[in-house]
Amino acid sequence: MKENSQRDAVVWRMLIGRVGVARLAAVVAALLFWEVAARYRVDPQFLSPPSRIVLAMPSLFETPGVPAALWTAFWEFGVAFVIAVAIGLPVGLAIGLSRLSRQSFMPIVLLLYGMPQIVILPLLVLWLGIGPLSKITFGASHGVFPISIAVVAGVQNIQPILMVAAQSMGARRWQIFRWVIFPHMIPSFFAGMRLGMAGVLLGVLLAELYVSAAGIGYFTLMFTQSFDPSRLLGLIAVLAVMAIALNVALRRAELHFARWRTD
Amino acid sequence: MSAPRKQHEKLLSRGLQFSFLLGLLLVWYLATARWGVSRILLPAPATVWRELDDVLRSGEFLPHLRVTLIELASAFAIACTFGLGSGYLISRTRYAMAVFEPLLASIYSVPMILLLPLYVLFFGLGSGSKIALGATVSFFPIVLSTIAGFGSVERIFVTSARSMGASNAQMFRYVLLPAALPVVVTGLRMGFTIALLAILGSETIASFAGLGHKIAQLAEAMETARMFAYIAFAVAIVAILNIITTALERRVKLQ
Repeated sequence: MKENSQRDAVVWRMLIGRVGVARLAAVVAALLFWEVAARYRVDPQFLSPPSRIVLAMPSLFETPGVPAALWTAFWEFGVAFVIAVAIGLPVGLAIGLSRLSRQSFMPIVLLLYGMPQIVILPLLVLWLGIGPLSKITFGASHGVFPISIAVVAGVQNIQPILMVAAQSMGARRWQIFRWVIFPHMIPSFFAGMRLGMAGVLLGVLLAELYVSAAGIGYFTLMFTQSFDPSRLLGLIAVLAVMAIALNVALRRAELHFARWRTD
Repeated sequence: MSAPRKQHEKLLSRGLQFSFLLGLLLVWYLATARWGVSRILLPAPATVWRELDDVLRSGEFLPHLRVTLIELASAFAIACTFGLGSGYLISRTRYAMAVFEPLLASIYSVPMILLLPLYVLFFGLGSGSKIALGATVSFFPIVLSTIAGFGSVERIFVTSARSMGASNAQMFRYVLLPAALPVVVTGLRMGFTIALLAILGSETIASFAGLGHKIAQLAEAMETARMFAYIAFAVAIVAILNIITTALERRVKLQ
């Protein structure tokens, strides 16, 4: 008997000792607390337990228009991200590669980046309508700044000796770019892309929520007004999972492309 | 590089900055005066200036500004209480740090604006949902930087203070706090800034009052000139608050 309890204690300590297990336990405990609180204490018009949210998932996807709205938000995000990279990278290079343009335009970029972009959202919707165009523009404008700032930082951090060495070995301009600047830029470029992606996602979601006539904003409003927390939380969970998946994917890509570095 | 050339380059870049901004203003002016862009979509610079003057003189902005600032102050106070408190507790053991820090960091990577519809359901369209969202967004940088600040105090400082007989209070006051403060203060500044953005955003999306609400309302009424004036005003407020918080941060760090 005594031996048994001792062994239990050891097993118990081993389980708790594993940080991953403890983390999982914390998440499970939070979910359990939520489940119990939502089931027995909170008005079901306002909060659903996790089990009911999962059960409501099929009905969420059967709600006419919800899959289409999610899909629209997803491709708006994709297009906005591509645009943000397509603008942010050349702008970053143009600013970063010469000292003069860095000195002149970097303060302007930082100034613009420091501005609260949310205040121009109503203006953008007024200009571009409530369709995908305003959402893509708002998303892209959130992503351009972190990407170009990271590219400037990446280009700036190249040690001058590498440039001089390449030059003295007779490298041409594009060769220097391809073999010196580009590989050195990759890590900060990816870091910028991750920040930019978070920005684009935020911009698209802000615009989607602002425009309540259609899309995700319409459904969140509808589920809120009809006191349907199961489907509301389901929709939020789907979007959150999307955000986490995108983040993880880009982090993988970042590790993959930065692996030539040993330092 | 020689000094005069540096001087020359600096002048040149100031000139470039100035002409870039002037060019923007010129394009704006030409678009309204010459190229026939609709007045409703893009009001003339002079009209916006008059509206801004009117907004500032009449004091019409005051109630909206007050709502936004009160929401910001409440949200930040809540975030500080919970962020500093739980961050400090987590930082006390290595184990708790290893368990909770990655958890909090990964939650932080989810766009928190997604919670807005939920908070509107819980707290209604008034200030409550804005304060809740602002507090949630601002909690994460504060708790993460508190963990980082208090968790990374050099062991040798702690050990030597102990061996010299420091009490717990002395340890906190003279060892932990000074070592952690620079990191914590950066987190506080970041939390403040994003709380402000979250509050402006949620006011724009769904609310009764506040600066963000006023801008959205003017957009719906197509009063574009006045909306531009309010946008400029909101940008100025955010800039002023940023300057103040950055200055405070620098001051604390220098000590």
